[in-house]
Amino acid sequence: MEKMLDRREFLKLAGLGGVVFLSGLAGCSSMANRSEGDVFYFVQLSDSHWGFNGPKVNPDAGGTLQKAVAAVNSLTQPPDFIVFTGDLTHTTDDPLERRKRLAEFRGIVSELKVKSVHFMPGEHDASLDHGEAYQEFFGKTYYTFDHKGVHFIVLDNVSDPTASIGDVQLQWLAADLNALSNDADIVVFAHRPLFDLYPQWDWATRDGDKVLALLMPYANVTVFYGHIHQENHHMTGHIAHHSAKSLIFPLPAPGSQPKRTPLPWDATQPYKGLGYRDVEVDAQKAEYRITELPIVQG
Amino acid sequence: MESCLRRLRILIVVMVLGSGLVSAGEDAGTQTEEPVIKIVAKKFDYTPNVIRLKKGVPVVLEFTTLDILMGFKVPDLGIRTDITPGQVTRIRLVPDKAGVYPFLCDIFCGSGHSDMTGTIIVTE
Repeated sequence: MEKMLDRREFLKLAGLGGVVFLSGLAGCSSMANRSEGDVFYFVQLSDSHWGFNGPKVNPDAGGTLQKAVAAVNSLTQPPDFIVFTGDLTHTTDDPLERRKRLAEFRGIVSELKVKSVHFMPGEHDASLDHGEAYQEFFGKTYYTFDHKGVHFIVLDNVSDPTASIGDVQLQWLAADLNALSNDADIVVFAHRPLFDLYPQWDWATRDGDKVLALLMPYANVTVFYGHIHQENHHMTGHIAHHSAKSLIFPLPAPGSQPKRTPLPWDATQPYKGLGYRDVEVDAQKAEYRITELPIVQG
Repeated sequence: MESCLRRLRILIVVMVLGSGLVSAGEDAGTQTEEPVIKIVAKKFDYTPNVIRLKKGVPVVLEFTTLDILMGFKVPDLGIRTDITPGQVTRIRLVPDKAGVYPFLCDIFCGSGHSDMTGTIIVTE
């Protein structure tokens, strides 16, 4: 715990992490029997779109991901793990180019100085070939892992180009959840929002309501996702959903303009709107302290 | 609540009447006197991408695709359909509220997918 406070103090003194969002159910009586000391943090990176070319929205498209890797490596205390919530690469209709981009992305992020990195695809990586190329590089598109008392579930809502989870994955999810107690700490990672954030811009999952119905009986569920290239916090019942910023270009707020075109690069504030996040997990309290971090310190 | 009910009414019209037309397939022909608006999808646009309708006037939207499977979704009107290669898909629509309603392809179709959008404009 002391190390965590030191780390938090460093973020503050370094002028990083101006925005902190606290998510959780602190004080819930069901937490009474949890063991102390299960505090750790992970880093969420999202939507790097490696291979994107658009100087008006990011003239440093070939260097931004490397800067993010360097920023994460410069953190005083390495995270327990890193998760990439999809759109690792920018889409291409050429299968060979898709593999080239995935290989280049993998090479760049191999420089991350952390023991464990978890990946999942976005629609740009996987929707045109049902995840075939992605799986050649990163393996399964949906899976679970456990860490210090928290059950992490990685969902794939992109390999089906209709943005559906599908019956097979839903059955798999139901079986996984059945093995958990109702007060288990559950974190879900997905690329697209699992709720109808803004369907007019395709910011939804077609059968996301079925996922939420399966998760609803569980008291401590938090969802982290990407896709919308900006921070967004939303509740469906007691389930919290937190979207992450992008590592390539920001998108406008839902419905704030007629089309979801990327926001233009601001030469006076380079990398504005881009970033990644630090999530400090207090498993005892089922609490998630989210700190948004810039790629380049302004 | 009122807008929800109206949306539901439109959806029911599309499901009940539209599905019958859709199931008739590509050689069904136009079995109606109602105006038909042909909409052609291809990577990565719809032609036309602005559809002007009159409130309360029934219309049949007739879809084809020139290349791959596409989607057509109007979230604000509760309408969606697949547009399958080699098939003609029809949806009967009776707009009951004026407004501007964006539509989009909701099946990821490639590098220009995010540009596959358009607008239905319903006037009094």
